Amino acid sequence: MLRFILYRLLQAIPVLLVVVTATFFLVRLAPGGPFSAEKAVPPEVLRALEARYHLDQPLSAQYLGYLGDLLHGDFGPSFRYPGRSVDEMIFSGLPTTAELGLYALLIALVLGTTAGVIAALRPNTAQDYLPMSAAMIGVCLPSFLLGPLLLLVFGVWLEWVPVSGWGNVPGDKILPALTLASGYTAYVARLSRGGMLEVMSQDYIRTARAKGLPEWVVVIKHGLRGGLIPVVAFAGPAFAGLLSGSFVVETIFQIPGLGRFYVQAAFNRDYTMIMGTTVFFAVLIVAFNLLADIAAVWLNPRLRHQYRKPAA
Amino acid sequence: MGREPIRFCPAATLAYHSCPDAVAEMLMRIAPIRHLLLALLCALTLTGCGGRETRVEDGDREQVLHWGNGTEPQELDPHIVTGIPEHHIIIALMEGLVLKDPATLEPIPGVAERWEISADGLEYTFHLRANARWSNGDPVTAQDFSWSWWRALQPSLGNLYAYMYFPIKNAEAYATGKLKDFAQVGIQILGERTLRVTLANPTPYFLQLLDHYSMFPVHRPTLEKYGDPSQRGSDWTRAGHFVGNGPFVLKQWELNKIVVVEKSPTYWDAANVKLNAINYYPVENVSTEERMFRAGQLHITGSVPPDKIAVYRKDAPQFLRVEPYLGNYFYRFNTQLPQLADPRVRRALAMSIDRQQIVDHVTMGGQLPAYAFTPPDTLGYTAPPGFAYDPEGARALLAAAGFPDGAGFPPTELLYNTSESHRKLAVAIQQMWKRELNIEITLNNQDWKVYLDSVANGNYQIARGGWIGDYVDPNSFLDMWVTDGGNNRTGWSDPRYDELVMRLAPAAPSREQRYAWFREAEARLMEAMPVLPVFYSSRNYLVQPSVRGLPPNLLGYPLFKQIHLEAAH
Repeated sequence: MLRFILYRLLQAIPVLLVVVTATFFLVRLAPGGPFSAEKAVPPEVLRALEARYHLDQPLSAQYLGYLGDLLHGDFGPSFRYPGRSVDEMIFSGLPTTAELGLYALLIALVLGTTAGVIAALRPNTAQDYLPMSAAMIGVCLPSFLLGPLLLLVFGVWLEWVPVSGWGNVPGDKILPALTLASGYTAYVARLSRGGMLEVMSQDYIRTARAKGLPEWVVVIKHGLRGGLIPVVAFAGPAFAGLLSGSFVVETIFQIPGLGRFYVQAAFNRDYTMIMGTTVFFAVLIVAFNLLADIAAVWLNPRLRHQYRKPAA
Repeated sequence: MGREPIRFCPAATLAYHSCPDAVAEMLMRIAPIRHLLLALLCALTLTGCGGRETRVEDGDREQVLHWGNGTEPQELDPHIVTGIPEHHIIIALMEGLVLKDPATLEPIPGVAERWEISADGLEYTFHLRANARWSNGDPVTAQDFSWSWWRALQPSLGNLYAYMYFPIKNAEAYATGKLKDFAQVGIQILGERTLRVTLANPTPYFLQLLDHYSMFPVHRPTLEKYGDPSQRGSDWTRAGHFVGNGPFVLKQWELNKIVVVEKSPTYWDAANVKLNAINYYPVENVSTEERMFRAGQLHITGSVPPDKIAVYRKDAPQFLRVEPYLGNYFYRFNTQLPQLADPRVRRALAMSIDRQQIVDHVTMGGQLPAYAFTPPDTLGYTAPPGFAYDPEGARALLAAAGFPDGAGFPPTELLYNTSESHRKLAVAIQQMWKRELNIEITLNNQDWKVYLDSVANGNYQIARGGWIGDYVDPNSFLDMWVTDGGNNRTGWSDPRYDELVMRLAPAAPSREQRYAWFREAEARLMEAMPVLPVFYSSRNYLVQPSVRGLPPNLLGYPLFKQIHLEAAH
């Protein structure tokens, strides 16, 4: 197992290096600079700004300098927010985004597996079609539509929940978490339905039933364990996806998270911020994929053998 | 008044009844995450209801203004920032030598209690009030202004608004590095509380500039404590560090969430400040902002979603404000292109647009059709119309320029930055040109920064533009079109225009004469038409009826110390 983890960690280094390098040069190739503005920028001001952020140096020197700073965990100063460092901005938004992502993931897992299991118990009946149609709608409904819809009904018409904010007023976390969770819930539902269908046709399930166990014990004790393996494998990358993909929800609900920086940095050509958020999310995605792989190996003994030392 | 009783909350009831039996039984089997899940359900549902007094009602009672402020402020350093959201916060925290009366926009005393202007209009002597204080109790002195202005002109700071100082003698030379000795800049300390400013030319709008945040004083010991004052990247503007001289002090600044300012006890006019605090919310999405307003979370918004204007006008006009704004919307012509080099073509394009149709049916936000460049009644200046809507005349001009009925007119591209409102307008104008002149215009949209680069580099044929005056004076609109002006970008040049705007108007002996020069310049601009005016801007926003002391003005300028909240009974 340790060999496997080490091996995967080593693999992550070139992946991250490619991400850093590609992003670094791509953002500088994109037309439009960080300091272009509707009002003309006087040349002497532009020179001062470029010198301040080392943009007057050759690209190779900028690149090496950036790599050096990165090794020290320093993402540099934001161009758009001159009084702030990229590190500070990422870590100010991360707790909020992580909390939102965690709620969304838990909602997705609970609702998704429940719906999936219920559907799998009576395939091709109304009990299957109903949750699965709902899941199909959930996959298709984009959050920029679902969010305002939920807000209109529960926030504006019924006044059950606040229409914006995060942690200011009780209840303001409900709709954002639900909106962000919707697509993932639907996906989890389909995954768990598939997994359960496969498991429930296995011989050991028939054995369990033959022993006279009540059906709910068969489902929960014997069925779920195997049926949810695809969901477990999905949960890691899903969490990384929830963290990096919360921009729309954060904008609709006015949540001070990380997603807004990530997207706006690109529009602002805030080079250091683009780099910082991209590298940060790359590390997260690599890490969560690694965790998911470890979980998969741990659950599946056949995979474990591949990374074992050859028997002496 | 007082709090309303807590209302019945259906969400929590529903969750309570459905949760324990059916779901919990299944959850019991998933032991390791059971606690987490239950905690989650409780966190999400049981806290779903609470006191139902809205933030606005609470604010009305406590004199706390909830202000929708657009974007997260870039910074709160007055010598670095350039935006309107930053402006709204900084004018609460700091104050210049003069202020503006929000009803008339005429200068009123700020840190300076009075001033004298020499007969030739070149020397301004300011007398600072004795009780002007920084928020840490230090007196605000003439030295503070002199040092702050030195700092604002340091090229290393990258101050995009350094040009606001350029009317001051030698300020431009100093800011561009041509002059090294700051003592030669026309800023002179005559005493602890007396400051003299010498201008290069009589500048009738100079007092207005002093109320722009780029000319506000900063507190030297604070800036020096937190870094190099002549460099960016200092954190002196953080809550806890910030020292200002305005009616409010910075209490809290949470990234992307809120900026809170509270009434300053050291402010010289504190007795007349009625608000106890202002909460600024960086709400970028206009629909979110409008929802927050409707739910009683904001006293005032920065804008209204365009499709909601008609709804408010019909159903809730008491909240909607539609006011003229010191800005305009126009199309630049790249005059270096063969098909756009002839002024007759440019005028034909201008004369074939039905602007009344556009403001009535496309923009629909109270904009005014523009037949000149400077918005009407800019400090008493209104340019005569430079042309009229005249499709017949437009066709004749186009024919005279060699394109009868549009024949032979090469396909030409109209560029705008990606946005639904720009697209709608471009489509309407494209159709008018097709209908009236029978010419084909293609549309191209680019991402904001790409578009800026394209226009700045002359890499366009016709391009959308907009301008907001820095100060209320025709000069703010007309000096951009001088030969090789940084904002000209059309390639157009007219020596007489340059002379009128750069030499004659600044030296004019009277306002009448000055405006006469400007009218002549503007007439020349419209005759040559390097830029096609479409409409004069308006400001549409929502205000709760409890907000008082916020008169409309062309700059959308609030004087926070005059604002107070009166709840309706």
